[in-house]
Amino acid sequence: MRTLSKLMLAGAALATAVGLSACGEREQVIVYKQGKYQGKPDTKPWENDPDASLYTSSKWNKGDQASWEAALRARNLGQNEYSRVQ
Amino acid sequence: MARMKFLCDAERCIECNGCVTACKNENEVPWGVNRRRVVTINDGVVGAEKSISVACMHCSDAPCMAVCPVDCFYRTDEGVVLHDKDLCIGCGYCFYACPFGAPQFPQAGAFGLRGKMDKCTFCAGGPEKDLSKEEFAKYGSNRLAQGKLPACAEMCSTKALLAGDGDVIADIYRQRVLKRGKGSEVWGWGTAYGKPDQKPAAQAGAKS
Repeated sequence: MRTLSKLMLAGAALATAVGLSACGEREQVIVYKQGKYQGKPDTKPWENDPDASLYTSSKWNKGDQASWEAALRARNLGQNEYSRVQ
Repeated sequence: MARMKFLCDAERCIECNGCVTACKNENEVPWGVNRRRVVTINDGVVGAEKSISVACMHCSDAPCMAVCPVDCFYRTDEGVVLHDKDLCIGCGYCFYACPFGAPQFPQAGAFGLRGKMDKCTFCAGGPEKDLSKEEFAKYGSNRLAQGKLPACAEMCSTKALLAGDGDVIADIYRQRVLKRGKGSEVWGWGTAYGKPDQKPAAQAGAKS
């Protein structure tokens, strides 16, 4: 008799746990896993010959990233008119 | 290493649409596609009217890259977000994900059929041989490979639109704000280059 009541109690506890499991809070935001680029490879801008285009004043050494960045930085600073008028 | 960014100064933009025209002309963008456009708020309200030039901001954590089902996006070493048109299926997911409405879709046939996505490339071309006819036909001009900055910013008459290395243009803007003593809010900067796990600054008048 005692064993039966214990079993019934355990069964009720299990049923409650299973029944309430649907009420649980779950994270609704999807955590995106970054995909991998599947397309064609691109060349770097500093790998081009600076004389390949006609109308440009920027000069850098072909293949040298640092010199290309320096050339672009110099051109970039031309957007600051304060440095030009003062 | 340079991190290419756009910055539009709402205090200076006069809504001349010179940037839009420069972009159209430089890249021979087809009819119906606008890689760049000027947005005006409070139009006609004296003292409250502001305009900004909007295009792809080449976000640090680009949502278009995150949602693309065919993974056709990539980021260059300079931080420019580009895509491979040979892979694009024109699904439009990137358009829904983009906070700036940058991805554009040319009409490719009857019944509103969408073509492959087209957007601002920071005048950096795409995954074809640099300065080739193929690259120009698909992606437009590659000015970075010529040591130039995007045509829109270089053409801007009031220098409201700045483009280039983030550190350099931020310094230019900072100097400007100090000189005039107002207008320190940069629209879209926090959305594009802010950290996604950090909430934007809640200070009064902040534009993110």
